Amino acid sequence: MGMTLTQKILANHAGLENVTAGQLISAKLDIVLGNDITTPVAVNEFKKAGFDKVFDKDRIAIVLDHFVPNKDIKAAQQSKTCREFACGHCVSHFYDVGKMGIEHALLPEQGVVTAGDCIIGADSHTCTYGALGAFSTGVGSTDMAAGMATGKAWFKVPSAIKFNLTGRLPENCSGKDVILTIIGMIGVDGALYKSMEFVGDGAHTLSMDDRLCICNMAIEAGAKNGIFAVDDVTLNYLEGRSERKPVIFEADDDAEYEKVIDIDLSKIVPTVACPHLPENTKPAKELSDIKIDQVVIGSCTNGRMEDMETAFAVLNGNKVAEGVRCIIIPATMQIYRECIERGYVTAFIDAGAVVSTPTCGPCLGGYMGILAAGERCIATTNRNFVGRMGHVDSEVYLASPATAAASALTGFITSPKEVK
Amino acid sequence: MNTQGKVFKYPDNVDTDVIIPARYLNTPNAEELALHCMEDIDKDFVKKVSAGDVMVAGWNFGCGSSREHAPLVIKTCKTGCVIAKSFARIFYRNAINIGLPILECEEAAEEINAGDEVKVDFDTGVITDITTGKTYKAQPFPPFIQNIIKKGGLLKSLKEEA
Repeated sequence: MGMTLTQKILANHAGLENVTAGQLISAKLDIVLGNDITTPVAVNEFKKAGFDKVFDKDRIAIVLDHFVPNKDIKAAQQSKTCREFACGHCVSHFYDVGKMGIEHALLPEQGVVTAGDCIIGADSHTCTYGALGAFSTGVGSTDMAAGMATGKAWFKVPSAIKFNLTGRLPENCSGKDVILTIIGMIGVDGALYKSMEFVGDGAHTLSMDDRLCICNMAIEAGAKNGIFAVDDVTLNYLEGRSERKPVIFEADDDAEYEKVIDIDLSKIVPTVACPHLPENTKPAKELSDIKIDQVVIGSCTNGRMEDMETAFAVLNGNKVAEGVRCIIIPATMQIYRECIERGYVTAFIDAGAVVSTPTCGPCLGGYMGILAAGERCIATTNRNFVGRMGHVDSEVYLASPATAAASALTGFITSPKEVK
Repeated sequence: MNTQGKVFKYPDNVDTDVIIPARYLNTPNAEELALHCMEDIDKDFVKKVSAGDVMVAGWNFGCGSSREHAPLVIKTCKTGCVIAKSFARIFYRNAINIGLPILECEEAAEEINAGDEVKVDFDTGVITDITTGKTYKAQPFPPFIQNIIKKGGLLKSLKEEA
């Protein structure tokens, strides 16, 4: 029996000819990732177990992104723990303030992760890198510690759901609308333990930023990973960027899938996930009576350059509605700088928005935009659980940058016009 | 190995943000974090829980973030075990890696009531609801995972192999 794209990568990294769904394997890791919240726990475990060296200083990435520049004394201590560990072990991919970005925007941008890789990260959105044709999945801090010590991790080989994409997205829609539509369709555990493999002619029409956004939220359907096959869009993106040579894997023609779901991209509409689960989706146009207090455009899901371009297209020359706080967070320093050079930051400020240096801050209710009781936010982030962005009685609506920006101008959830 | 205690019952899709809200994740200290366990879904949990008590929940327990702090605070509160219809995969992995006993059993998760006195035998996977007198059988872990648990967690098992 043939293997899926994910199974092909796992078999290769386990040194096996073949693997089948359900098999337990030990696989070699190309990159082990952690952030300023998960790394300190991993460092404790690493030391407690008596390990004194990392398997490869060039294959570990530590990114300070959740609470930096440090939001308080305790956060500063956590950053210090990461910094001392990274320096002590000469970790080459250590990203501190000034160099950092939100990890899942930063590592692809900097070419640290590439096609064919097997990656674990102590952050659930590590599944983002599947957009590059890699196997990449989120784990906890103990797995990170074990990965740093041995360069290996155990996996149960997943089965897969195939999403056969056809057509082309309408001008007012993006990858976010695609993944929200899919999660609305299959539910928050619709792909539990499984791979989500995105294939078909429609897949080739999606930009890399759209693919990164789609794979990013695979975890919100419970998936182990999301993945796109390598094509010209991938190779163009990796060209001159990837530190290591990309390795291209393809699914076998006779690969077995648990389910095949057809998605016609031309039928996608601007979509919003209502509180308090990402599966509670509705077309944005049905929510026009929902008044909002805050807008957040950013995060590992939607803080990339195309997202900033969309926000600029909507906000430029316009004003954020009275009584709405609009927070824009470019995901990396490179994107932040480009937003300045292109005049976006000036336009955002003139529109009445605030622009922050990269941080995960508001997405997880850390800082930089916490909600009070009864407040509502429309955000381009990835989770709308109870209390996710602040008070347990606040609400988060998840949407694309186009929908979030359009809503900032009206003060109500607003379906975007054509913005590209 | 077994545990016995009273049941705290929770719904489907209990996420790691309610198990331990991110606003407290500015410390890796388990005792400090555990003071806020389940705070956003059950603010009295920490006051009411006693050693050996059992959480019983629906589908997809522990969904959301990869934070290992979630199983860690449940374990630090001395919860004896979590029984659910299913677990989100990162939570499942983390629980095994840190040695928090978890069991998947749809029937038990459906029928056991909040406040029931429950006994769980991890070796056999047998769950006994002492209050109702009913017994249930959970899926046992595959031998590979049993070995990790027996050795006291992932890192201890790796260190032993090295």
